[in-house]
Amino acid sequence: MHEMSIAGSMLEAVRAESARHNAHVLALGVKIGDLSGVDSESLRFCFDALVQDTDLAPLALQIEHLPWRNRCRQCAQDFAVQEYRTECPQCGSADTAMASGQELEFAYMEIAET
Amino acid sequence: MTRVPLERKVLNENDRLAADLRQGFQRYGTRCVNLISSPGSGKTMLLERTLASFEPGRRVAVLTGDIQTDNDAQRLARYGFPVRQITTGGACHLDARMVTNALAEWQPDSIDLLLIENVGNLVCPSSYDLGEEARVVLLSVTEGEDKPLKYPATFNRADLVVLNKVDLLPYVPFRMELAREYIRRVQPDAEIVEVSCTTGAGLDIWLRWIDAKVGAC
Repeated sequence: MHEMSIAGSMLEAVRAESARHNAHVLALGVKIGDLSGVDSESLRFCFDALVQDTDLAPLALQIEHLPWRNRCRQCAQDFAVQEYRTECPQCGSADTAMASGQELEFAYMEIAET
Repeated sequence: MTRVPLERKVLNENDRLAADLRQGFQRYGTRCVNLISSPGSGKTMLLERTLASFEPGRRVAVLTGDIQTDNDAQRLARYGFPVRQITTGGACHLDARMVTNALAEWQPDSIDLLLIENVGNLVCPSSYDLGEEARVVLLSVTEGEDKPLKYPATFNRADLVVLNKVDLLPYVPFRMELAREYIRRVQPDAEIVEVSCTTGAGLDIWLRWIDAKVGAC
């Protein structure tokens, strides 16, 4: 359960951005990969708990999920990994490597007009 | 309403500190290994066997993380090498700041091999870079062979997977070939070694892997 500390890091970024623009942040957009090790529901719960009854409220958390994708080292095919099947669907090679899915990134903030 | 793009990692601060650690390790020739597993897989026992095998003059140090108690540091200190306990007081993982603080009292050029035993947890430690050169994930045969599929984020970042407690294979329904297959699915590049810290089986392979990381010293 490290989602609470991750939510805390997110709110630090929101405060910094809010101060920089001297405006209220209405929404935070983040990208979370399926292999990031972060559970979205748990993150949302922690995020809302930390925001509630503070000057940061109202603040929405908008999560974009990024699926686990591999790229084939033989034929360069990029494909979504489903049911842990990491072999290339195009050429059948088992020699594939992760292309995306580990992301835990900020994407954007929506800031109120001043 | 204005949308401001923000293209950076959420754990930016941890990654920055980890990059500083990595740079320091490279400057002083320290090889750092981060050991991750669920509680009770045998991280401390593996470290005990490892330290016991080293010559007294070897420049090895250990950081060991736990939520509470310094029991592991006490166990590991018996082997005569510098050991420091990081007690996280609730946090379920080590982060780069804890490692930076724990290293502050040691001379940075006095360590050739730094072994970090993470908090026992197969989820949270995976997100936190500690500046390590290699990440080792332990899985013991009493845990079930599908752990790599259940915790892909952790196994996916492993350079080496240590399958521990193989002396118990006759007593548990653990299918070794299936475990290897599952590890390969989530991390095709990981090396795999089977060991028993109780009987010592396979430890020579593990120690050779460490030596290959550190170079002869």
